[in-house]
Parts: sequence; C-alpha cells; structure tokens
Amino acid sequence: MRKDSNFFILIGSIGLFVCINIFLMASGKLPFTSHSFGIILGAGLTLAIYSFLYRDNPAFKIAENLYVGVSLGYTIIITWFNFLKPDLYDPLIVPVFSKAATKEPQYALLIPSLLGIFMLLRFSKSLSWLSRWTFAFVVGLGAGISIPRVISAFILQQIKPSLQPVFSGSETILSSIDTLLILLGVISVLIYFIFSVEHKGAIGKLSKIGIWFLMISFGASFGYTVMARVSLLIGRIQFLLKDWLGILQ
Amino acid sequence: MERFLRIDRRFIFAIITVAVIISLILQFELPVPESEPVRRIYEKVESLPKGSHIMIAFDYDPSSKEELQPMAIAFLHHCFSRDLKVIGMTHYTGASGLAEQAMNLVAKEYQKKYGEDYVFLGYKPGGASLIINMGENLYSAFPKDFYGNDTTTLPALQGIDSLRNIDYLLDIAAGTTIETWLVYGKEKYKFELGAGCTAVMGPDMYPFLQSKQLNGLLGGLKGAAEYEALINKKSFAVSGMRPQSVVHMLIILFVIFGNVVYFASRRTRHA
Repeated sequence: MRKDSNFFILIGSIGLFVCINIFLMASGKLPFTSHSFGIILGAGLTLAIYSFLYRDNPAFKIAENLYVGVSLGYTIIITWFNFLKPDLYDPLIVPVFSKAATKEPQYALLIPSLLGIFMLLRFSKSLSWLSRWTFAFVVGLGAGISIPRVISAFILQQIKPSLQPVFSGSETILSSIDTLLILLGVISVLIYFIFSVEHKGAIGKLSKIGIWFLMISFGASFGYTVMARVSLLIGRIQFLLKDWLGILQ
Repeated sequence: MERFLRIDRRFIFAIITVAVIISLILQFELPVPESEPVRRIYEKVESLPKGSHIMIAFDYDPSSKEELQPMAIAFLHHCFSRDLKVIGMTHYTGASGLAEQAMNLVAKEYQKKYGEDYVFLGYKPGGASLIINMGENLYSAFPKDFYGNDTTTLPALQGIDSLRNIDYLLDIAAGTTIETWLVYGKEKYKFELGAGCTAVMGPDMYPFLQSKQLNGLLGGLKGAAEYEALINKKSFAVSGMRPQSVVHMLIILFVIFGNVVYFASRRTRHA
C-alpha cells in the first residue's frame, strides 16, 4: 500500500470517529457533560491503541506516549500525597520550618531521607560513592530478612505436598492419585534437567515422562495467557459497546 | 494450500473482534461452574462472623483492570453483604483510583459508611518492608488514610493493631505481590491469605494452593465470573465468559486448521 493511501485511511478513520461522536451527542445518547467527553476520549484512545494491529501509525504513537506520560504524572502526584507528604513532609519539614506546628519534628526520619538522597547521587561523579552506603544497607537488610523467609515459604513449604503419604488411610482414591502424579511429575521433571547422566534406559524413559509434564504445564500456561489477552479485548469492547455506543445495556 | 499458510494475520484479528462483538450482543447463557479454589475463598468469607476484618490489597493498575476490577467488585459485594469490615490498600500507584472507585461504588449499594464500615489506606511504596511494617504496627505503616484522615481515629480499624489481627487477606494482583505477601506477611504474621490474579499468573499460583499457603485463588476473568455466579451478582465477568468461550473455540479451530493445512501442504510438496 502506498504511503499517501495510509494517510487517507488515518484521516478517514479520524473523520468517521468524529462523525460518530457528533451523532451520539446530537441524538442524546451521550449527554453534553464532562463525563461524556471522558468516555469519548477513552474510546478514541482505545481505538488508537488497537489501530496498531493494522499497522504502526501516528494515532497509536500519540496514545502510547500519552499513556506513559499520564501514568508517570499520576504516579508522582500519588507518591507525594500518599507517601512523601504524610511520612516525611508533615512530620519533619513542617515542624522544623513552621512556627505554628504543634508537634515536635521527627529527626529520626533524617536517616532514611539521607539514604534516599544518597541513592540519587549515582548521577554525580564525585559523590556517587555515597550511594554505596545505601545499597549496602538495602542489600544487607534485604538479604537478612529474605533468606530465612524465602527458604521457609518457597522451599520447605513447597516440599511438604511432595512428601505427603500416598495412602494414609484418610485419603480418597482421587487425592492419592493426585499425590502420586505430583510425585511422578516432580521426579521425572527433575531427572529431565539432569544433564550429567545420559538419558538412556530407565532414566531416558523417566525424562520423556518429564517432557510430557513440562508440555502439559506449558500448554496450561499458554491457555491461561490466551484467556488473559482475550479478557482485555472483551473488557475494552464492552466499554466501547456499552459506555460509548450504548448498544449493550 | 500454500496461500492458507500465508494468511494475513489482520484477517484473524478481524474475525476474533467480530466474534467478541457478536457474542456480547447476542445474550445467550453459558453455565459458569465454580472451581474448588474459588469456592474456598467464598466459603472462608461465609464462615467469618459479622464485623470481622478483611483486608483487600488492590495490587494492580489499569493495564489489568479488565480482569481484576470485576474480581474486586464481586469480592466487595460479598464482604459488604455479610457486614464485614473492609480495609483496602495497594502497592501500586495506579491502583488508587480503581480501588477507591470499586470500594465507594459497592459500599454505596449497601449503605456502608466510610471510616465506620470500610477504610482505604491508599498507596505506599516498599513492598516487603511495607508488609513487615504493617505486620508490626499498621498505624506506623499508614499514619494517614487515602483521604488524609488519622488512621488511629477510624472506627473501622478498631481492634486492629497489625496484620496479626486481620481475619482474612485477599491480594488481587497483577504482579509478584502474592509471593511477597506469602513470604513476608502470611509466613511471619500467620493470617489466612487468598489471592486473585491475572490469568497469565494463574498456573504459577497452583503450587501455593497445593501447599495450602494460599487458601483459595481467583484466576483471571474466569475466576471473577465464578465468584459473581457464587454470590449471585452476575455482571461484567459472567457476560465476558460468552465471548471468552466463543473466542477459545475459534482459536482451537484455527490451530487445527493451521496444522491440517501445514501437513497437507508438506505432503503436496513431497509428492
């Protein structure tokens, strides 16, 4: 397709979108309110993002950049009002500089604040060494807290179901089969990933069973991924048909 | 045969879009049977006495809103209908607006009052350290709520000093926060944890269900639809299951078609 024909398709699509909105407003389906303009903007941006499925175009690029910019702006505002203001500005800065403040300044907050500022000094050639203090603190604290908890949650607790007795008396046949399958799956997949032994004979057969377990797991993941992507499409189309065009009730 | 292998993918996108639109417009019913992990969350909420404290972590942002917001709304319906006290918070900056919208919308339907029946603590960064802080002292982690109120004065938080006092916590997540809640929250402060997650994350969560580290799981839009059906509040998620099923059938047909064409064209080439 020639370049100028793409330009006309883009202009035509925008024109069609404008006409639909004029019709919706004139017919009263979308009242003349700020909420309606929000819906129109949302519909326009949704269509602009999905236009990438046809091919890359300026409408998609505008919507993409707008998304990144708005997200960042929103993040800054929320971080200020939800975190920096109540946790740092109000308890430390305000009591220090305002004579009307009733509470004593919390000087202990200077330590984490300084550590935070040190992190930003990575940008300075002469002072970047200070950031190592913060990183040392973060890594040391993180490792100290994480190691015991992660071992407990991700290793010890995860081993438990594999070590359950297959027949303990109180189990149903189905749950016993389930436990057996888990045992077989864990062992066969582990054997598949042992490369220091040649996969021949019994080891070869078990590693083949391991491949089957892996394939089933990848298939389940793929199925779920398809569902996730289709869910996003359904949600957006529900918005377009219900909130924008008013076709769905 | 060869031309079927070089089919323009935009043709497939168009078919999928038309299938979704038609199955949304045509109001046919499909059953939404509940699965065991979803039922366990429902039963846990049912088993809690009135006035119990439930915490919801709204750990998602608009990019996964379509899957997780219906889940949050369905769960809030259940909590408010059973007169439970709801405490909301988030690790995601982008979730604040969505969480506030969901909580206020459902609370209004049940005439619940902000501060007395539910509280939104808002966003705080920190991840693991925030959870540990909440586990030690909820009020030092959140001295103010989302609206700037002093959290120590809010009646809905009475009887709650830390995560240890929470009767149930549901993390509705689009990222790795479920693991963070598990490792630094549940393991340390011993509260019961359930999870709602995007469908992509679903299979990764099953080992935690098996080990009973998670009491239940709502996986993707299907999980939300099952919950809506369980509480008899069929809404966005249940209506989304129609196009979901139709599109899955289409994709299965496409896969079969693609394979048949591939093997047929290979045979023609070798002949």
